[in-house]
Amino acid sequence: MLIKSRRLRGLLNSLGSVAVTLFGLLLVTFVISRLLPADPVLAIVGDHATDEYVERVREQLGLNEPILVQFWIYFTNVIQGDLGQSIRTSQPIAQELMNVFPATLELATLGTIIGIIFGIPLGVLAAVRKDTLIDHVVRFVGLVGYSVPIFWLGLMGLLVFYAKLDWLPGPGRLDFGYEDMITPVTGLMTVDTLIAGDMDLFWNALGHLILPASLLGYFSLAYISRMTRSLMLGQLSQEYILTARVKGVSESRIIWKHAMGNVLVPLITVIALSYGNLLEGSVLTETVFAWRGLGLYITDSIFGQDMPAVMGGTIVVGAVFIVINMLTDVAYRLLDPRAQ
Amino acid sequence: MFSTPGASDMSDTPILDIQNLNVRFDTPKGEFHAVKDVSFTMGREKLAIVGESGSGKTQTGRAILGLTQGRITADRMTFHGSNLVGLSPLAWREIRGRRIAMVMQDPKYSLNPVMTIGDQLIEAGQRHKGPAGPRQRALEMLEAVKIRDPQRVFRAWPHELSGGMGQRAMIAMMLMAEPELLIADEPTSALDVTVRLQVLAILDDLVKTRNMGLIFISHDLNLVRTFADRVLIMYGGRVVEELPARDLYSATHPYTKGLLACAPEVDNPKKRLAILSRDPAWADAPQVRQPAGGRS
Amino acid sequence: MISASFRAWLLSDVPDSRFQARMGRFYLGWLTFARNPLAMLGLFILILLVVMAIFAPWISPHNPLWGELGDRLLPPSSKFLLGTDDQGRDIFSRIVYGARTTLYIIGLVAVTAAPIGLLIGATAGYIGGWVETTLMRLTDAFLAYPKLILALAFAAALGAGLENAVLAIAITSWPPYARIARAETLTVRNSDYVAAARMTGAGSLRILFGHIMPMCIPSLIVRVSLDMAGIILIAAGLGFLGLGVAPPQPEWGSMVSEGRSQILEQWWVCTYPGIAICIVSLGFNLIGDGLRDVLDPRGK
Repeated sequence: MLIKSRRLRGLLNSLGSVAVTLFGLLLVTFVISRLLPADPVLAIVGDHATDEYVERVREQLGLNEPILVQFWIYFTNVIQGDLGQSIRTSQPIAQELMNVFPATLELATLGTIIGIIFGIPLGVLAAVRKDTLIDHVVRFVGLVGYSVPIFWLGLMGLLVFYAKLDWLPGPGRLDFGYEDMITPVTGLMTVDTLIAGDMDLFWNALGHLILPASLLGYFSLAYISRMTRSLMLGQLSQEYILTARVKGVSESRIIWKHAMGNVLVPLITVIALSYGNLLEGSVLTETVFAWRGLGLYITDSIFGQDMPAVMGGTIVVGAVFIVINMLTDVAYRLLDPRAQ
Repeated sequence: MFSTPGASDMSDTPILDIQNLNVRFDTPKGEFHAVKDVSFTMGREKLAIVGESGSGKTQTGRAILGLTQGRITADRMTFHGSNLVGLSPLAWREIRGRRIAMVMQDPKYSLNPVMTIGDQLIEAGQRHKGPAGPRQRALEMLEAVKIRDPQRVFRAWPHELSGGMGQRAMIAMMLMAEPELLIADEPTSALDVTVRLQVLAILDDLVKTRNMGLIFISHDLNLVRTFADRVLIMYGGRVVEELPARDLYSATHPYTKGLLACAPEVDNPKKRLAILSRDPAWADAPQVRQPAGGRS
Repeated sequence: MISASFRAWLLSDVPDSRFQARMGRFYLGWLTFARNPLAMLGLFILILLVVMAIFAPWISPHNPLWGELGDRLLPPSSKFLLGTDDQGRDIFSRIVYGARTTLYIIGLVAVTAAPIGLLIGATAGYIGGWVETTLMRLTDAFLAYPKLILALAFAAALGAGLENAVLAIAITSWPPYARIARAETLTVRNSDYVAAARMTGAGSLRILFGHIMPMCIPSLIVRVSLDMAGIILIAAGLGFLGLGVAPPQPEWGSMVSEGRSQILEQWWVCTYPGIAICIVSLGFNLIGDGLRDVLDPRGK
């Protein structure tokens, strides 16, 4: 029934799309970095450099070449993993990004897990009990998630749970000053403190995770529950559900086997999108919680006028988005019998 | 007065008794009365309900199984003497699929796209106690509906089947638990004309050999003329005429006569096809009852 | 509220002109919308926003741009309704004037992004072939990117300033509109009246601008309204990160950022501007939901 070459063709098609989109991404970031009103060279060499020195640096950076050549150099560099050097720290950007990325992954993953665990059942409940109180409550919770600015809610969380109630620790991945004491192995603070054998700091890390992860989790839950509800409602009005009822199938089996089976595949797309949204939301969340992840790196770079670093971070986030999209595509192909 | 389930072989013992069935919907524009005081009885025979869209024929079929969004009221609606109105979900699970089943119009939509045919059949036969296991029984049913390669169809996904095969699989599925009454809601309307007759023949055969009752809902009077035993004509939610199929040409109600006149006949070509005129008064007139003893 | 004869004209089953038919549909849609209390609440919030923006000088009790240093960080009182910030400015007045900034931003974004999307999508759909493929690939590529991050990158590259922020947001917002415009164009492209227009000698450009693009506008308006809440949040996010208006102009996002360092003690400085963002965003979401119910009640 399954022709391998057809599958392979489909996969190659996906990869092709990915390549094109990646190319587009790099094109866009290249254009953005050339939009700078400021001269990138001056940012590196400072105000007091001599003209010859400035000229030499220009030569080195390839800024005298025609624009297409510049793009080619840029493109090939990025493909090989060279994202340039940070203006602030003179370190390779790719390396710096790899250092901070796990922190963001930690938050986004936890947040999505929370969103899935709570969002899917809530969405199903709201769909099955449409127009009742529980439906309105779930929809309200979702609506709030769409209307509240994430950075403000984070600040409110800190205000209430840290400042006023003292239930949770404050910003940062560990209490102030301790972060530099832990050698990063995986980049995930909880794991690294365990590896270092420091149980106190482990619990500390866990405590610090709660607020930002819950924040992202709430936004994920709002989105996932709303989409689940809508997908469920769409399926429950289908004819095959009537068939199942005619067969005398129990209501719970109708919901969780029949309807859910059809909701699963689009739901995967929803979850992937939610993950992407959380990566985006991390930019603002990490700023609020002083969480040393990709988001904070980007915002610090913006304030530090470090455009290459900003571009590097953008490329990484964009690339992750693209990969997520591709994985969803693949999952669709594998799971939907009609796509085979 | 009513026989115990399965004990009677006489085709004129009523298994379904409906008196003044009404189905009403609450819409923003007011109350919509879809089924108005419909009454009929049926035994183990083939009863056709014929009408145009909006005549209430589908809603009548759905109401028998309690599967309509509207409000059902009836003076009496019983199946083998057991009440069919206002049952609890648990009670419905005893009836649906096991004693009364329904085949719907388009297998493209009425089969679950992410479950194999086999799984859907097995699910239908889960609670049926028989000598063979569900899987064996499913394969037997697929053979009974004249599917030539039951193993392949068992493993297939619904989108891989043609319309005719899908509908036959659907029929097989609905017969898994050996119901006594099968409601077929326009089962051939979505099929090609050539396939239609095949499916009809299969239905006919199955209903006869299993001694089942069949309610055949259709908009096509011509189709049911040769197929059904008795015909109910519905218009605007009411039954306007009820008569044996072989007596159709002696129909008295103007709507029935109009329907018959609309169909072109090969051996009696007319210069102009008749146009059906509809009198709104038919929707309000009380049901025309068949005089006692008028049934076959 | 409206005269009986006007209402009869609107609801007539046999309209005399396309205008009448359109107005009738519009009226029916409005009735459905008005029946939804949440949607009306959203509309009310929007009206409130507009009123606040227009009448800001009369509504705000104090000057939003500067204050007395002696009035720094005062809690809410009868004199300073929502307290003061660390430069002694009245927060309430700043929020009221911030409404202007908000309206300015979303208005500019709508007016910039929608026409860009319309142009690209309609052109792609009309011309077809490799032009369409290229443009749509470009659109899909943009759609795949994280909007906030891209807007951030653009805003950072362009430099601080309100217009730059607006441009950055607009550049990341047009892809959905292009998709909608293309979809509508594809359905209309082969219709009879376009063929008729071509037969009367209308050139491609005229057909594109005169016939096809206007057909896309209703769907676009709906989509723009649905996107508004998101745009407000992105704009506030940019403001929070310092990319947006230049101080001392009041913008709700940057006000939250300004109040961050005082959050522990003088919490009102960052709380109230955030609430303003919430309310306006909520309002647009409610309007968007209401519009969606009018156009596609099945989805509810």
